[in-house]
Amino acid sequence: MIRSSLTNPDMRLGEKLWQINWTMVFLIVAVAFIGFAMLYSAAKGSFDPWASRQMVRFVAGLFLMFVIAMMDIRFWMRHAYFIYATGLALLGAVELAGSVGMGAQRWLEFGVLRIQPSEMMKIAVILALARHFHALTIEDVGRPLYLLVPLFITLAPVALVLRQPDLGTAVMIVLGAGAMFFIAGVRVWKFVVVLVLGLASVPVIWNFLHTYQRKRILTFLNPESDPLGAGYHILQSKIALGSGSIFGKGFINGSQSHLEFLPERHTDFIFTMLAEEFGLVGGVMVLLLYSFLLIYGLAIALRSRNQFGRLLAMGLTTNLFLYVFANVAMVMGVIPVVGVPLPLISYGGTAMISILIGFGLVMNVYVHRDVRIGRHWSETGV
Amino acid sequence: MKQDQTQDKVFNRRAAILAAGQLTVFAGLSARMYYLQVLEADRYRVLAEENRISLRLLPPPRGEILDRENRSLAVNVQTYRLVIVPEQAKNVSEMLTRLSQLVEVSAHDRRRVRREAKRRRAFVPITVRENLSWEEVSRIEVNAPDLPGITIDVAQSRHYPFRHTAAHILGYVAAVSEKELSGDPVLELPGFRIGKDGIERRYDLELRGRAGNTEVEVNALGRVIREINRQEGQPGLKISLTIDIELQKFIAKRVSHERRAAVVVMDTQNGEILGMVSRPGFDPNAFNKGMTVGEWKKLTSNPDRPLTNKAIAGQYAPGSVFKIVVAMAALEGGIRPNMSVECEGVLEYGNELFHCWRKDGHGHVDLLDAIRESCDVYFYELAQKLGIDRIAKMAVRMGLGEVLNLELPGERPGLIPTKKWKRKALRAAWLGGESLVNAIGQGYVLATPLQMAVMTARVVNGGYAVIPRLTKALDGEDGPAQKATDFPSLGISQRSLKLVRQALEEVVNNPVGGTAYRARITEPAWQMGGKTGTSQVRRITLQEREVGLRKNAERPWRERDHALFVGYAPVSSPRYACAVVVEHGGGGAKAAAPIARDVLRETQRLDPSGTRPKKLARKET
Repeated sequence: MIRSSLTNPDMRLGEKLWQINWTMVFLIVAVAFIGFAMLYSAAKGSFDPWASRQMVRFVAGLFLMFVIAMMDIRFWMRHAYFIYATGLALLGAVELAGSVGMGAQRWLEFGVLRIQPSEMMKIAVILALARHFHALTIEDVGRPLYLLVPLFITLAPVALVLRQPDLGTAVMIVLGAGAMFFIAGVRVWKFVVVLVLGLASVPVIWNFLHTYQRKRILTFLNPESDPLGAGYHILQSKIALGSGSIFGKGFINGSQSHLEFLPERHTDFIFTMLAEEFGLVGGVMVLLLYSFLLIYGLAIALRSRNQFGRLLAMGLTTNLFLYVFANVAMVMGVIPVVGVPLPLISYGGTAMISILIGFGLVMNVYVHRDVRIGRHWSETGV
Repeated sequence: MKQDQTQDKVFNRRAAILAAGQLTVFAGLSARMYYLQVLEADRYRVLAEENRISLRLLPPPRGEILDRENRSLAVNVQTYRLVIVPEQAKNVSEMLTRLSQLVEVSAHDRRRVRREAKRRRAFVPITVRENLSWEEVSRIEVNAPDLPGITIDVAQSRHYPFRHTAAHILGYVAAVSEKELSGDPVLELPGFRIGKDGIERRYDLELRGRAGNTEVEVNALGRVIREINRQEGQPGLKISLTIDIELQKFIAKRVSHERRAAVVVMDTQNGEILGMVSRPGFDPNAFNKGMTVGEWKKLTSNPDRPLTNKAIAGQYAPGSVFKIVVAMAALEGGIRPNMSVECEGVLEYGNELFHCWRKDGHGHVDLLDAIRESCDVYFYELAQKLGIDRIAKMAVRMGLGEVLNLELPGERPGLIPTKKWKRKALRAAWLGGESLVNAIGQGYVLATPLQMAVMTARVVNGGYAVIPRLTKALDGEDGPAQKATDFPSLGISQRSLKLVRQALEEVVNNPVGGTAYRARITEPAWQMGGKTGTSQVRRITLQEREVGLRKNAERPWRERDHALFVGYAPVSSPRYACAVVVEHGGGGAKAAAPIARDVLRETQRLDPSGTRPKKLARKET
C-alpha cells in the first residue's frame, strides 16, 4: 500500500523529493543538533549515554519523516480514522497492561520497543479531526449536532489519558483539538460557553484530582512554600536559568545542571540547562528557531488547496507550539510542572519519533499542496 | 463554490490569528526569560553560588612544645578511626559482623552505626570506632579487599609523651566549651581542641595557628565534586621551653613518694625555669581522649588538688626561709652583722612569750650564727628594730608578694603584710608582736615556691632583679641570651649580699650548727648553700609547750609542719637556685633539704645552662 501511494500517478518520486520544503528540514536538523549538543553537555561532555542514542533515533525519525511526507495525502486521509482507532485501542491497552513508569502508566512494551501511546494520540486526534472537518461545509460546522462526533473524537482519548493519570497530555489534547475546532470555523460564542462551563466545573474537577496533581498545582502557585519538597524542581530550575544571565556560563559549564541540582536535566529540564549555559541569547535563539517552524507551518497551511491539508498542517503546528510552550513555561515557573518534553531536544524516543511523524505530515501537506480533494469520498475518486 | 471560499477565508483569518497568538506567547516567554536572566540575574547568581560552593575549614596542626634541648613534650599524633561508607558497603549489618571478627566492635556501636546509616545519606561516612591500635589498623588493612566501604581515617590528636612529668607546665587541651567560642570558626569544628591550662592555654593562640580553608563544589546531595580553591592555613608556632625534661623527670621521680610537694629549679642568671614539679600530678593525655564524668570528679574533688600547680599557686608561710629577707633588710638598714643577742630560747615582748625553735636557746649569737642556726630570738630582735614595713619593702624587692608573671595561668601573688595592708584588709591596727611572728616567716606572710626560688636567685646572682621565664624560643627563634646584669639591680650593697651568701653557705656546710649540714653536697665543686624553713600549720598551745612538743612524726599528717628549703649551687659561682616545699613534711632540714640536695646535684650534673663544656657534663654519670 505504501509503495502504491509513493508511486502515485500525480507525481513521480523524484518530483516529490524536489517538492519537500528543505528550509524546514534544515530548521528541524538545526534544532536537533542543538539537542545533541545539550545532551552531550548533560553527560558532562560525553556522547554516552544520551547524545549518541538520540542521534540514532533522529536519523531513523528523519527517514520516517521523509517516507510520510512523500506518501499520498489521500492515503493519510483515508486511514485517519483507522489510525485514530488504533491509537485509542493502544491507549486502552496501556490501561490494562501498561507498566508503571514515573508514577503513572504511560508505557506499552512490545519486546524491546517501548511506546507511549498518548504521544501518538495527539497526532491521531488531529488527523481524525482534520478528516472530519474536511467533510463539513461552513454551514455544517455551525450546526451543533455536527460537533458531537469531533467532541467524542477529542474526549475519548482525554478520558483514557486522564485515567493514567496524565493531566499534562490531557490538557494538550484538549487545547490541540480546540485549535482545530477554531480554525474549522466553530463560532466563537461556543468557545465562550465551553470556557465558562469549564471554569464553573473547576471545583468539581479539583475533587477528582490526585493528591500529587493538586500538590503540583499548589506548589506552582507558590513554589517557595516548599523549597526542598515539590517546589524544589521549579526553584532550582529558576536559579539555573537566572544565574545563566545574558550570555550564560558556557558550554558544559552549567554548575546547577552538572552538580545535579537540576533534576531531569536531559529530558524535561533540558531547556533550563541550555539557558544556563548559553544564557538569554541561547534561549531566545531556540525560541526563534521554533517560531520559524511555526511560521513555516502556517505558511504551508495557507498555501494548501485542500481543507484536510490545511487543517492538518495548522493542527500539527499548533501541537508543536503546545509542546514548546508547555515545556518552556514549565521550566520558567509560569505553569505547573507537567512533564512535557522539549520537541527535538529532550532525550526520549517516543517524543522524537512522534514529533518527526508530525513534521512528516506537515511536509506531506506541502508536497501535496496542489492536490484537490473533494468534500466526500465519491468526489476524491479514490 | 461560494461556500468553499467563505470557509477558506474563515480558515485563513483564524489560522493567522492562531499563529499570531502563538508567536505572541513565545514573545511572552522571552520576556519572562529576560526578567529571570537579566533583571533577576544577580539574585539567582548568588543563589547558584550558594548552591554549589561550600566552604570547609582545614584545621591547622597545633604547634609542638619542646624542652630546651628540643625534645618533644607535646606533639600531635595520628589516631586511627574506623569509618564505614554505607553506599560502598552495600549491606551495613553484614559488614559490621565481618568487621567484628577482625576488631572489637561493641554491640552498642553496631546498633548506633546501623541507626545512623538509616538516617544519613548513603555516602556520608559513619565512625564505627575511634583510637584503633596499630595492630587493629593493620588487621583491617590486610583484609581491605574484602571490606568495601571500610576506611581508616587519620585524625590528629595531642599527645604528651612524658605524661605526668611536666603536666603542670604544659597544661592540657580539651574540647571547646560553649563559653570559649570566640567567633573563630575553627573552634566550631567537631573534635577541635584548645589549651585549657599551662603553656597550652597561655600560648593557645600561638600554638593554634590559623585555619586554612577549602572551597569545594558540592552537588545537591552535598557530595564533594571538586576543590575550587584552597587557602593553606598557618600551622601553630613551635614553642621551646626552658625546661630540661631530663631534670624534670628526675625531680618528679625524686618527689614521687611525697603526697603534696612542689619543686622549682631555675637559672639564677637569666631566670630560666629548668624544672618545676608539683605533686600530685595528672596525666594530660587523659583530657584529650575525653574523660568520663566520674574521672573528672575524681580529679577535681581530690583534696590534694592534682590539677593545681603548687609551684606557682601554692602559697605557704615561708618560715625561716624568710629570715633571708629580714637579714638583708637589717644589713641594708644599718644594723651591723656583729650585733649579738643572747638567745635563751624565749623572748618576752609585751605580755607575750615568743619562743625559739630551740627550747634551751642558742646562747650568744651574731647575724651569721643566727642564720646558720636559724635562731628565732635573734630575728625577733631584728623585727623590733626594723618594723614590719621595712621588712616588707625588702621582701617585695626580692620578688615576694607580687606575681612574677611567669607564662602560666593561675600564678598567685603570695602575701607580704604591711601596716597599711592590715588596716585595709583586716580593719585593725598592726600589733608589735605581729612583726616578730612575721619576721620568722609565720603569721600573715605567704610565698609561692616560685617566689622563694626567685628570691634565692636574686640574693646569689649579685643582687639583680632576675625574672623567671618558661619559654626559650617561639618558633625556633631564640630570644637574646640574657645574663643577670641585663636585669635591673636591686640596689643592695655587695657587702650585705656577700654576708648573707656566706651565712647560707654555712647553713649547709658548717658542721657546727648548720641546720642543713646533713643534706650537704659532698662533691667540692658542686657544693650548695641554702636555708631551711619549717612552717607551722597550727598554733602551738601553751599546754603543748609545757608537756613538750611532740615530734612531727608522732602527729597526724594534717598537723605536721610544712618542710621548706631554698638552695643554690655551686657555692663558688651560684648558677642554679632551687626551692622545695613538702606539705606536712615535717622539718625543712629533714624533709626538704635532702630533696633540694639531690635536685641541685642532678641539675649540676646535667648542667642545662652549660656552665661547663657540654661533653664533660654529659659524660659524668
